[in-house]
Amino acid sequence: MSDARFIEALDIARYFDVSRPLVQRLIAREGRRTLKAVDGVSFTIPKGTTLSLVGESGCGKSTIARMMVGLYRPTRGEVVFDGRDLAEARGQAAQRRRMQMIFQDPYASLNPRWRVRDIVAEPIRAFHIARGDEVMERVGEALTQVGLSPLDGQKFPHEFSGGQRQRISIARALSSSPEFLVCDEPTSALDVSVQAQILNLMKELQQRLGLTYLFISHNLAVVRQVSDRIGVMYLGRIVENAPSEVLFGAPRHPYTRALMEAIPDLEMTGRIRVPVGGEVPSPIDPPSGCPFHPRCPLANDRCRAVRPEMLAAGATLVACHAVEEGREAQR
Amino acid sequence: MAAPLLEVRNLRVEFPTRRGILTALDDVSFSIEPGEILGVVGESGAGKSMTGAAIIGLLEPPGRIARGEILLNGRRIDALPYAELRRIRGREIGAIFQDPLTTLNPLYSVGQQLVETMTTHLPITPDEARRRAIGWLEQVGIPAAAQRIDAYPHEFSGGMRQRVVIALALCAEPKLIVADEPTTALDVSIQAQVIALLKTLARDKGTAMMLITHDMGVIAETADRVAVMYAGRIAEIGPVRQVVLHARHPYSQGLMGSIPPLDRRVERLAQIDGSMPRLTAIPPGCAYNPRCPKVFGRCLGDRPDLMDAGPTQAACWLYDNV
Repeated sequence: MSDARFIEALDIARYFDVSRPLVQRLIAREGRRTLKAVDGVSFTIPKGTTLSLVGESGCGKSTIARMMVGLYRPTRGEVVFDGRDLAEARGQAAQRRRMQMIFQDPYASLNPRWRVRDIVAEPIRAFHIARGDEVMERVGEALTQVGLSPLDGQKFPHEFSGGQRQRISIARALSSSPEFLVCDEPTSALDVSVQAQILNLMKELQQRLGLTYLFISHNLAVVRQVSDRIGVMYLGRIVENAPSEVLFGAPRHPYTRALMEAIPDLEMTGRIRVPVGGEVPSPIDPPSGCPFHPRCPLANDRCRAVRPEMLAAGATLVACHAVEEGREAQR
Repeated sequence: MAAPLLEVRNLRVEFPTRRGILTALDDVSFSIEPGEILGVVGESGAGKSMTGAAIIGLLEPPGRIARGEILLNGRRIDALPYAELRRIRGREIGAIFQDPLTTLNPLYSVGQQLVETMTTHLPITPDEARRRAIGWLEQVGIPAAAQRIDAYPHEFSGGMRQRVVIALALCAEPKLIVADEPTTALDVSIQAQVIALLKTLARDKGTAMMLITHDMGVIAETADRVAVMYAGRIAEIGPVRQVVLHARHPYSQGLMGSIPPLDRRVERLAQIDGSMPRLTAIPPGCAYNPRCPKVFGRCLGDRPDLMDAGPTQAACWLYDNV
């Protein structure tokens, strides 16, 4: 299969039923309610590269992360993993071991009653990759790869700091020699100095092992450091998808611009920030047309009525009527 | 220079444990003037929140102030009896915490909570308090405040709830606000709104603020001065521009250097190796010496106090007799 389409999401969606219990629905005479956490998202990740998804809480980025490794089944659409349908690939251990996930909270994602060596060995044992002494050899290798010592395997998770625990999660993810890693906010629970350590480690591992990453974050500055391509999400959809440097050099979608505008300025250039007004609407009852229109300075009648499609504008894909009509420059 | 509103002198907080006494804060001294915003930054466990808690008088037992004093308007508040302290808390010191859900009482409407706070601390009638409560909600940017005042905390979104908490902290018109990670639980777009709000309100009312956060961007935008904390002590303190852009202490330099830049991509981020020592294992000499790239003999044995390092003060032997 071609490496350019190593991972593909084809119009994936995931709905959750958030209806109240039947009796209460009957009393209140209301219907079922659906939360469209992800509603029609497509992207491809070429082998050895990083795609990042950014957006505010509730935009659906973690739901996508879970769909990409098969923890959720898409309500609609298809995830293609190296030429195979993911649902089919998940059924085969040989395929399943090729993908792993790193979670946000290194305190919650490691079993406190297990020694580190058993945590890291779990994928090796589950996939019957090695047996006997070879298991511990591989554990030692994985720990060394993430900058820990093989001797740390005897300890329990509580003996480590947050940054070291995140290293353990990475070692666990690497122990089955995967090719695709889904990282859901891997550094947002960490302090900045430790965050830098983990980001450096992840980049180094990517170069050495040729890993493909789907990186989920809400922090644009972090995303800029690690991504080849970035998808900006809003209310269950990607509104802009562009190569990293293009996105930061010339953001097109009004929401992308607003996000960049909202980040506090460390250089203290005296730039005046214009905060985006309003809040993210509820995905249970999203606005008509373009979901961003209630907060958008460029919204017009068309935006309120018609949902914009993803259109190519140079290397960027963007879903915005104002960009399509050339109204963005007026701002 | 105006007289300081808050003065903390040689504050030391200890936790007696079965294995001996842990020193969580040691020799922390700083002051805040009226209308000034002091940012307090550092990694988790550095003692930022503990300093705030000691000032508000909310240290978790068995933690206790073992040495030093805290003065508000020249009056000692660190050893006050509980009833006295309650009068000061809310009236003279307002507090904003990270999680707005735990600050608000879920069983009372936001109006009831605002009115209760005001009638407790100010000589006004409940009707007057209610009128003012609507005014405060409007000031913090809650739309249709007159209708929303009778809503309960769960009926507000995260950003709105944090605004209610801010209104609650401000409504008795305290002279000092201790804000512990007030924007951390919020999304960036909401965070920008809340920061802008805190800044204008503090400036307009001349309220002094201690802003505790690990987000350097927030500090750079909001604070007048910054204190960088490490392992229970202040490593550096000075004007915000100097500390953020031209830090003197190697730890502040490392901390600022490890922030990923937004305006460019770097191949490798500057990182501080290792992690902050636990309270049980603070090394002798300067607590930062095992991680410091500029460490030399003296750092291993003697502990540096804050000393002048140009426009800032740094606890680092590099600046001795400069």
